[in-house]
Amino acid sequence: MFKALSRALTSRSGPILTGVAVGILAPLLTFWGNPGNMGICVACFTRDIAGALGLHRAATVQYIRPELAGFILGSFISSLIYGEYKPRTGSSPIVRFFLGFFAMIGALVFLGCPWRAYIRLSAGDLNAIPGIVGLAIGIVIGIAFLWHGFSLGRNYPAKKALGYIMPVVAVTLLVFVLLRPSFGPEGTSAIFFSKEGPGSMAAPVALSLAVGLFIGFLAQRSRFCTVGALRDLIMFKDFHLFNGIIAFIVAAFITNVLLGQFKLGFEGQPIAHTNTLWNAMGMVLSGLAFTLAGGCPGRQFIMSGEGDGDAATFILGMLFGAATAHNFSLASSPAGPGMYGPAATIVGIVFCLFVGFLMKEKI
Amino acid sequence: MAETVEVDARGLSCPQPVIETKKAIEKTSSGEIHVLVDTMTSVMNVSRFAKNQGWKVSYEELPEGGFKIVLRK
Repeated sequence: MFKALSRALTSRSGPILTGVAVGILAPLLTFWGNPGNMGICVACFTRDIAGALGLHRAATVQYIRPELAGFILGSFISSLIYGEYKPRTGSSPIVRFFLGFFAMIGALVFLGCPWRAYIRLSAGDLNAIPGIVGLAIGIVIGIAFLWHGFSLGRNYPAKKALGYIMPVVAVTLLVFVLLRPSFGPEGTSAIFFSKEGPGSMAAPVALSLAVGLFIGFLAQRSRFCTVGALRDLIMFKDFHLFNGIIAFIVAAFITNVLLGQFKLGFEGQPIAHTNTLWNAMGMVLSGLAFTLAGGCPGRQFIMSGEGDGDAATFILGMLFGAATAHNFSLASSPAGPGMYGPAATIVGIVFCLFVGFLMKEKI
Repeated sequence: MAETVEVDARGLSCPQPVIETKKAIEKTSSGEIHVLVDTMTSVMNVSRFAKNQGWKVSYEELPEGGFKIVLRK
């Protein structure tokens, strides 16, 4: 059975099957309690985890999201079953840390990662369109660097134990969300759980975890990637991953309509703002940073489960970026961009351009 | 006699193994190209690209780890 499943998932249909699964399950998670159009958002959920750990103190966005622990563990299990657990590291970790940092800042200026951009579009939130256009522009800039020899260098095989770190982190997070321990006086010490706002909205832990594990498993097999999809289409006219995104958007659209979660327009969309310029610019930064790092945030979580220490470093950068975004008034809110969000976006784009120009390698 | 070109794409992030393969294909109209990669993901990405370009593709697992993809035309 495992072989047949794997054959289907590694074939042409793999990304499509994964896209359909994500497209159905993400709106369902919202139906079951997750925030609006945020059934799965890799950036928002990383931000919520940063808040729960007290790395930032925005009281409305603090929760340990079991979906992301599920991504890591689902991928870890799948890679063990299919012999693809390969600990590796050493490809410019510190650069990847800051690519993750700025990718997160871009995502929080837009209010969502590429996954959520597609989910927002499928639910009729037209503010997603400038975001997706910005994402495509960021990816195209990244592609230009790739054609001109951009590389963060090779990674190298690492000891088996290196790859256990992220699965252990994932299990620790699950313990935190199940036991809800307090490390000091209530309200002043971690673990923080939002009492109102998006952080207080959550599907039951078991459902969130099950969906995370399932998608982590599927995405590990099929290499589902929301950034690689556009990149491969533009670079090689390869529809393989792109088909998965189309399937994702169509399935999410149908599911949202069936669940009564579809609402067409710009105004009054859940956890979104209507500033077209910064919706686009935030995603230009994210798209560029993800492309330089080799994959979307979901893919980074999946690779970290396979033992990729550089992807894990990227995720820690995202976590640090999320904390910074809320501590330094960079993150947007439904009212619009944060006070220093636009400036930070520009700084991030400049950082990525420097990385793109300066990091080249003759293979 | 057709020459054999070797591309070492081990440890490179997506999509660099495919880019390096593309460069090699553009320089070689026929013969054999060997591409070394370290993950099954890269095996599949490189294979899919080479097949689309009209090359015959096979691969083998190397005893020291990683894979050798053999492209023929």
